[in-house]
Amino acid sequence: MTATATAQAAPAALEVHDVHKWYGTHRVLDGIDLTVRPGEVTVVIGPSGSGKSTLLRVVNHLEKPDIGHVSVGGELIGVRRVGGRLKELGERAILAQRGRIGFVFQNFNLFPHLTVLDNVAAAPVATGRLGRPEARELARELLTRVGLGDRTGAYPRTLSGGQQQRVAIARALALRPGIILFDEPTSALDPELVGEVLSVIKDLATSGTTLLIVTHEIGFAREVADRIVFIDGGRIAEQGPPAEVLDHPRHERTRDFLARVL
Amino acid sequence: MSRPLGAAVSLAETPPAQSPPTPLTAQRVQPLRRPGRWIATAVVLVLVAQIAHSLATNPFYQWGRFRYWFLRPTVLDGLLVTLEVAALSAALGLLGGVLLALARQSGSPVLRAVGWTYTWLFRSVPLIVVLIFLYNFSALYKTVSLGIPFGPAFVTFDESRLATDMTVAVIGLSLNEAAYAAEVVRGGLLSVDQGQHEAAAALGLPKGYQFTRIVLPQALRSIVPNYVNQLIGLVKSTSLVFYVSLLDLFGSVQTMGSTYPGDIVPLLLVATVWYLILTSAVSVVQYYVERYFARGATRALPPTPLQKARAGLSGFRARLRKEAAV
Repeated sequence: MTATATAQAAPAALEVHDVHKWYGTHRVLDGIDLTVRPGEVTVVIGPSGSGKSTLLRVVNHLEKPDIGHVSVGGELIGVRRVGGRLKELGERAILAQRGRIGFVFQNFNLFPHLTVLDNVAAAPVATGRLGRPEARELARELLTRVGLGDRTGAYPRTLSGGQQQRVAIARALALRPGIILFDEPTSALDPELVGEVLSVIKDLATSGTTLLIVTHEIGFAREVADRIVFIDGGRIAEQGPPAEVLDHPRHERTRDFLARVL
Repeated sequence: MSRPLGAAVSLAETPPAQSPPTPLTAQRVQPLRRPGRWIATAVVLVLVAQIAHSLATNPFYQWGRFRYWFLRPTVLDGLLVTLEVAALSAALGLLGGVLLALARQSGSPVLRAVGWTYTWLFRSVPLIVVLIFLYNFSALYKTVSLGIPFGPAFVTFDESRLATDMTVAVIGLSLNEAAYAAEVVRGGLLSVDQGQHEAAAALGLPKGYQFTRIVLPQALRSIVPNYVNQLIGLVKSTSLVFYVSLLDLFGSVQTMGSTYPGDIVPLLLVATVWYLILTSAVSVVQYYVERYFARGATRALPPTPLQKARAGLSGFRARLRKEAAV
């Protein structure tokens, strides 16, 4: 929220420009335009199958947009501009860009054969950003921050779902990304474990990290979001501050959706 | 479905019996007696004893001659050849298998087709045919050269000098092994959850690191048991190299057998026991390799045989104490 004043000068943290995506003949994204300012917390809601997850996966180029482009911090993702044309980047360049975009999965996807500490320390070492001792030091610090400083030697399968997701958040933070994407981070969790994960995300939100969160937790969305984006049928149907979108939805489909989930 | 429901209804309708049974004391449930299992065990024990007795006493086996042949230099030389052929083909076959498996997953349809065709061809042709084919290869091609097809050659080999019996054997077995190893490796790679590939990609881990540090260690959990199975088959397949005039373990036993026809049975026993020792060694290694790759996959590592024996012994003692107390 504090970033609003400086938003005019700095490049947008994330810019999605007229993105279309088909799976075969099925249209998943149908012209998405979205701008996220640095430090802003944006929550994406919408019915299942509306394209929320695909949108996140297009942002870090796990999925290629068929039309349109994405830039993060002013840099085009997965493509480069040659004159008026967009050309696909090489794998190495795309991997380097992904290091600047954190991604937290619904199913955690921790590496089961590595300890919690190595899960977090792996990326900074593998990408050559830090030496092994520095990476482990950073990993310990981040794990302490998410409340797991005492489980560094454990293997992921021995942890609860909530703990695993907190490790996954620490793992995403280890690359010091400019923006973090959360793909339904609490949907695979038992109800009593949701709170611990949300509180870690809330800490990130208040510390000024740019976040783009897909979630079904409407109460949480209201609490942390600077802006709510409602997606339906691959299009942004409506967006605005939580008080506006959640309490006074203008769109029929938004009202229907909220009536069902609240 | 209807029975338990009916029972529940009748329970609800009828009040509890007039005289409630005396409440049960806390106690251990008496285990079910299993007489059938005891009888089967006894029958099998008798059969095993008979086989052991006949092995030990039947003069047909000539255990004296077995002892004579077991460590003879000619047998040991053959064993060495078997080990050498098996080790080289296992290594080359696995390397080829990994490359083929990667080709099968490639984005290029040509690579995928070549990988598929190779596997199809070498799984279809019997190994003995491949070996004898290669043995006669030098008659088909006098020289082998590396270079541009129909263009200049960079390196040229004289086929007849290149193709020693050992090379023919190793190449034949490796070609065959690679086809099977490719399927084993491919199965292992497919067994790794798609989410792992995505997580590695999302973290921007370099491609080589993704394969060697994230995907392969997890794939190896299912590759190792299958490949060891394959390896045991390979150790036995080495006996076919006798037909390309290489004197391996089986070959030397066979040769000695034709020189000393009376000793053929003890000689075959010598080969049998050596093959048993080789496969057992492979199985022991397999156990520990699997244990290593189980890290993180199970909550606790499976115990080593020594740990298992200790646990079994202390469990037995505890049971004795308990029964003595009762």
